[in-house]
Amino acid sequence: MSEWPLIAGQVFNGFSVASLYVLAAMGLALSFGLMRVINMAHGEMLMLGGYLAYLTLQVVPGPLGIIVAMPVAFLGAAAVGAVLESTLIRRLSTRPLDTLLATWGVSLILQQAARNIFGAIGVDVRAPEWLNHAWTVPSGLFEGLTIPATRLFILIVAFAVMGALSLFLARSRIGLLVRAVNQDRGMAAATGINVRAVDLSVFCLGTGIAGLAGVVLALLGPVTPNVGQSYVVPAFLVVVLGGLGSLKGTAIASLIVGLFSALVQILVDVSLAQVLLLLFVIGFIQFRPQGVVAVRSRALDN
Amino acid sequence: MSLRKTTLLAGLTISRQMVLTLGVMVLAALAPWLVSAYELNLLARFLAMGLLAMGLVLVWGQGGILSLGQGVFFGLGGYAIALHMKLAALGDGELPDFMVWSGLDALPWWWVPFRNPLVALAGVVLVPGVVAAAFSWSVFRRRVGGVYFALITQALALAFATLLISQQPSTGGFNGLTDFQTLFGVDLGDAAHGLYWLTLALVAGVFLALRALMASRYGMLLRAIRDGENRIRFLGYDPTPFKVVAFTIGAVLAGLAGALFTLHAGVVSPALVGVVPSIEMVIWVAVGGRNSLAGAVAGTLLINLAKDGVSSAFPDLWLYALGLVFVLVVTLLPGGLAGLVTDAGASVWGRRLKSIIVGDTK
Repeated sequence: MSEWPLIAGQVFNGFSVASLYVLAAMGLALSFGLMRVINMAHGEMLMLGGYLAYLTLQVVPGPLGIIVAMPVAFLGAAAVGAVLESTLIRRLSTRPLDTLLATWGVSLILQQAARNIFGAIGVDVRAPEWLNHAWTVPSGLFEGLTIPATRLFILIVAFAVMGALSLFLARSRIGLLVRAVNQDRGMAAATGINVRAVDLSVFCLGTGIAGLAGVVLALLGPVTPNVGQSYVVPAFLVVVLGGLGSLKGTAIASLIVGLFSALVQILVDVSLAQVLLLLFVIGFIQFRPQGVVAVRSRALDN
Repeated sequence: MSLRKTTLLAGLTISRQMVLTLGVMVLAALAPWLVSAYELNLLARFLAMGLLAMGLVLVWGQGGILSLGQGVFFGLGGYAIALHMKLAALGDGELPDFMVWSGLDALPWWWVPFRNPLVALAGVVLVPGVVAAAFSWSVFRRRVGGVYFALITQALALAFATLLISQQPSTGGFNGLTDFQTLFGVDLGDAAHGLYWLTLALVAGVFLALRALMASRYGMLLRAIRDGENRIRFLGYDPTPFKVVAFTIGAVLAGLAGALFTLHAGVVSPALVGVVPSIEMVIWVAVGGRNSLAGAVAGTLLINLAKDGVSSAFPDLWLYALGLVFVLVVTLLPGGLAGLVTDAGASVWGRRLKSIIVGDTK
């Protein structure tokens, strides 16, 4: 018996956890990079996506339910994001720390609402038959290594979303505007770009992706009122580690956090792994305080 | 600050604010005879938390450093005193019951020093202080602040609470530490009034000390760093030690608050130190006024009394109410209740000034 299957299994696990973090953190990084606000209700957007997946599967049972659920969750979460941005975040745009507190209030309300509507215990989203597989390596160095189809599916979704998003930002008209506002908000506004509309669409995009992430989360475990909370703190750490809302940084940081947690868990238990992860992040910012991808700026105050 | 003076006795003048403060203090000192034992205990707990809230005024209001991890320091102070009280109830070689149940046969090494009451008392202040100083120095030194700092402190709160829960054999796990009888040989039941006065005296002392600190040169520089860190750097100051000192003072006050709360409540547990309670502590200060020491204590009392009332009668409603308070206070009332009072005072002043200048007497 060798330890290789165990280590390879944890590496794969790390990638699959990283794919969840990247989906959860991408929306945060988008709105943080553009508007400098942290949406503390982001975890509840994941939760919302999960419940929307559950509801969709009630209406559309069968193998394609989960495929239908993804756009539904995306649009649902994006719509809630639109309401949140236009009623609350817009008013607080110059006070990022206050936005953080106000959106935390929203998250409390959404959690309690979910508890009242769906119950505290949570609901199950059954993975369709075509995802109920697992491949086991029959022989060789990695004998016994098992790769479940759901995990692979999540990995594919994460890659697809990342690819679509970077293509969207690099090629589309709206992406051009987003990049312009990101570089110099004042100058962009002066050239006639509707900065408010760009803010709103980026925020909706971010919460929409979180809704999507909620659907894939629902494949892994029950959807509970606090399902978002358990993913959102590591997602925040990813944003801190990744650097000023850079998508590349977010992807790399997710991978670092995912692999670090998974590999450390070979040696210590889950809770100690969490403490070590925090120490790792604090250690890391000693070397790169701006995160993995530092955006240079000549501004006096960022 | 009000400049109006009232003549009390022949020649003796005193500002109205002082009269009000003294009145509140006298009333608070008489509370053991005015309210029931249960209400006194609640009041004592919430006053203890007021110490933490005043620390947040320095850290957040004055320093502009939003900490979502005050629960950690609250917990460190609380556990420091709880370790001692747990050990004080035991004979030589005995172990706390939860350790016996989980199969430990020796006291964990980090419990041992807390057998000594002086170590425990020092630990209440030193453990949170040292942890806060080391943590904040390593983060602020690299110029990490603002939202980043808030998120890292939140992760700190999550990690601390998870660690406490998972190390059940040596921390008491989810239930925490409870069932204390004596403190330094005095029965806790008999000491209720004394502990209340001790808490009140500490609140008053910390209030005066922090007010002096905020009025000092240090306080001025701290506010200057909050409003333009780089500008202060260009003037030749290093902002890091200023922020580390503020954060450490905040943490020490949180530790003191935790220790006193543990004495009043008779329990310390992860439920008091995690992400959710830590962020609730921020709202006490936001409601009262993030730049007002008196406001912070008032906000703490108000929110906690409301929580006690609402959550026992309508447990479902409390989270809605709290969430709504977060949203409304932050959007509509950034200065908190204290800001509201100051605004009202300012407008009264404005009217008087106007009436003097314009000659409009109404």
